[in-house]
Amino acid sequence: MTTETDQFLKSVDSSERGPRVTGVAISDEVMLETKDVNVYYGDHHALHDTSLAFHKDEITALIGPSGCGKSTFLRSLNLMNREIKGCRVTGEILYDGHNINTKTENLYELRKSIGMVFQQPNPFHKSIRENITFAPKRHGVRDKAVLDQMVEESLRGAALWDEVKDKLDKSAFALSGGQQQRLCIARTLAMKPDVILFDEPCSALDPISTLAIEDLMLSLAKDRAIIIVTHNMEQASRVSNRTAFFYMGDMVEYGETEQIFQRPKDKRLNDYLTGMFS
Amino acid sequence: MAKQMPKRNLEKVGLSVTGACVALVTLVVVALIFMVAQRGISTFIKDGVNIAEFFFGTEWNLAVTNEATGLPYTGALPLIVTSFAVTILSTVIALPIAIGAAIYTVEIQPKFGQKVFQPLVELLTGIPSVVFGLIGFHVIVGAMRAIFNVDLGLGILPGSIVLACMILPTITTLSIDALRAVPQSYREGSLALGYTRWQTIWHVVLKSATPSLMTAVILGMTRAFGETLAVRMVIGGVEVMPTGVLESASTITTTLTTSMAVYATGSVQNDVLWSLGLILMGMSLIFIMIIHIIGAKGAKQRG
Amino acid sequence: MGNSQTTAAQEARIERSMRNDRIATGVLTAIVALVMAIVVSMVLYILAQGVGQLFQPGFLTEASRANGTEGGIAYQLFDSFYLLILTLIISLPISLGGAVFLVEYAPEGPITKIASTAIETLSSLPSIVVGMFGFLMFSVNFGWGYSLISGAIALTMFNIPILTRVIQQALEDVPSSQRDACLAMGLTRWETTLHVLIPAAMPAIVTGVVLSAGRVFGEAAALLFTSGMSSPARLNFLSLNFASPTCAWNIFRPGESLAVHIYKIYGEGSPEAQHIVWGTAALLMICVLLFNVLSRIAGKALARRMTAE
Repeated sequence: MTTETDQFLKSVDSSERGPRVTGVAISDEVMLETKDVNVYYGDHHALHDTSLAFHKDEITALIGPSGCGKSTFLRSLNLMNREIKGCRVTGEILYDGHNINTKTENLYELRKSIGMVFQQPNPFHKSIRENITFAPKRHGVRDKAVLDQMVEESLRGAALWDEVKDKLDKSAFALSGGQQQRLCIARTLAMKPDVILFDEPCSALDPISTLAIEDLMLSLAKDRAIIIVTHNMEQASRVSNRTAFFYMGDMVEYGETEQIFQRPKDKRLNDYLTGMFS
Repeated sequence: MAKQMPKRNLEKVGLSVTGACVALVTLVVVALIFMVAQRGISTFIKDGVNIAEFFFGTEWNLAVTNEATGLPYTGALPLIVTSFAVTILSTVIALPIAIGAAIYTVEIQPKFGQKVFQPLVELLTGIPSVVFGLIGFHVIVGAMRAIFNVDLGLGILPGSIVLACMILPTITTLSIDALRAVPQSYREGSLALGYTRWQTIWHVVLKSATPSLMTAVILGMTRAFGETLAVRMVIGGVEVMPTGVLESASTITTTLTTSMAVYATGSVQNDVLWSLGLILMGMSLIFIMIIHIIGAKGAKQRG
Repeated sequence: MGNSQTTAAQEARIERSMRNDRIATGVLTAIVALVMAIVVSMVLYILAQGVGQLFQPGFLTEASRANGTEGGIAYQLFDSFYLLILTLIISLPISLGGAVFLVEYAPEGPITKIASTAIETLSSLPSIVVGMFGFLMFSVNFGWGYSLISGAIALTMFNIPILTRVIQQALEDVPSSQRDACLAMGLTRWETTLHVLIPAAMPAIVTGVVLSAGRVFGEAAALLFTSGMSSPARLNFLSLNFASPTCAWNIFRPGESLAVHIYKIYGEGSPEAQHIVWGTAALLMICVLLFNVLSRIAGKALARRMTAE
């Protein structure tokens, strides 16, 4: 590893990072669960009967070739698919003991608890501070002291505080790509989510920034469930406890990450891992 | 927003406020269509003007009562013919220029086209129609007199030339968009087969852009058909069957401008003018329909 | 022997198509040159004919006399801007709301289709028909007579489809990742639009609004029967009695725009009237050019401010 990364790793608050075990399951406590989830775009049946459970303190990776349905599935978990015209999601999504895939679910509150980080860093055209306080303000937080504390906590949580603490009122667009992505993570942390969904968060970043984000994810998994969609299989094996493999709209195989990568049962997964297709 | 409103209600507010805007516009359009249609049709129902007489009669004079019917002379054929004549003639003049300029802008000098030519042409869109009319009245009509050795120089030809200048930017801009939308691979494929640039443009680029180019032309014609004051200032305003392109004539729109404020609402004369308005509205609806048909066909071809 | 013949024929064909290519390029260049010459000479001709008049004492500051054939065009100038402002006050919120609905909320189905067809229809209606409708609806049915407000509403109908399309395009051009980010944090589409999308689309919206203002400013046909063809003989700019027919700010008084003024007196033969016509045309052109330039500058400045700090 480069010295830059070493420096970065040191800067991550070690108490939050803690020793992480990856590759195997470490928890039984389910935070989010799906039962027979199907997704349709108009007439196109994009995802078939997917049932998965996501555990507290764990990172779950969703892998598979492009168009396999993994991102579609991820977007169902915080009901973001409802924002796409013509998209329909059926089946049960259980969070906090009840099905959230209902008409009456308050999806605005729900999305505070289930945060999401996107493929492209997408900060707002606002200052770094406003990027973090924007949503909390709209959710009713008015107290300036509370907001200031929130900014610092979230930025520390995203390992960005030391780099930006002197320029909080500068535009977020002045940051590098990796910093922007960490700002987006900080923005999500400000909502104090129980679950964070990562949709290929590193695909637009350079290798050093990628490692920084991976390390960050490991530190964030404490008391949370983290779900990451990724194309990068090394990444999946580095950070995750469990892995699900999607292919052509089916969830083909699910298990502990070590088992999935070293002893795949399904032929399609084996072919994918050995690079027969990607 | 001092108090925090529940998100669900906030979203309902957003939906209703913006929905109301759209509903208002839709309502106004529906009211307009209904009102014009009702007025225009009442000429034939209430006032007893013969439809065939209106569309095919060649005598138009609202000030004089026809002894035989007790109604004014309401033969609108001269106006209809003149309207179509200026529309078609102006399109014929503008079309080759617009397409040629578009080809030049997209295929031959893209940089110059985008930086210099296109803003200049778009400037033409912004020039008010009375200014076009004024220049037409002084320059083009004068030129007609000098070139063709006629007394007045007013009529369909100067009207068409002025209109051609006015619809030129519309057709040019849309044609540029149409040609730009042709995939680069089409051109490269054709050039790789050894065709010259000109052959490529003619056989490949123009051919695949035809539906969009047709849309551009129709939109230009829509503008020409409805244009009023610029035409009014150079066409003479005499409501007779045109016998030549340099005789004073009058289109549907120009007759409306001169007569609308003259006759009281509810009179036969006023109703007949609304019938002319109905023709204008009907034509623009037809033009829209043609554009939709072309669009649907294009979509089908692309699959 | 046979070989060389083929080559000769081939060469002739290549020669021919090369020549065609050159001819075509020449013709196209000539067309472009012609169009540019027309535009430039038109603008210069108007300015040359009219700019002198603008510096005549009183032309821009005096009221017109003798039905417009003498005096200045101060009231016409004021009325043009007043009409434009009234029009924007009415049309901007409606277009903004309409565009937001169509981009953010519009459910798929017949309602949306009807609404967008209605807006399209409005955009293709001849302005004279809009003017006739405005005349019947507002001047006659509502009893407003020839009034600025009737004119402003007619111009609004003319302006709404243009503005709606511009704003719709501007909102659609904001990367969807911005919208996703907001929604994923539990914000409503309404908040997303108000606080993120509209600010991000602002440069394009401003450019479009100013450009459309130029169009409204030069429109005349829709005004002939709505705001009328004459301004009051005397206007009092200090009066705040909005019901008074001489109060400049009274929206129920008749008013005449620069473009209508040109149409009214273009046929007058007297040299003074002709000077006034060309002066008015030059003023109108300068205003339209200014709107054109201003729209680009304002849009660019806003965009720079947004991306910089």
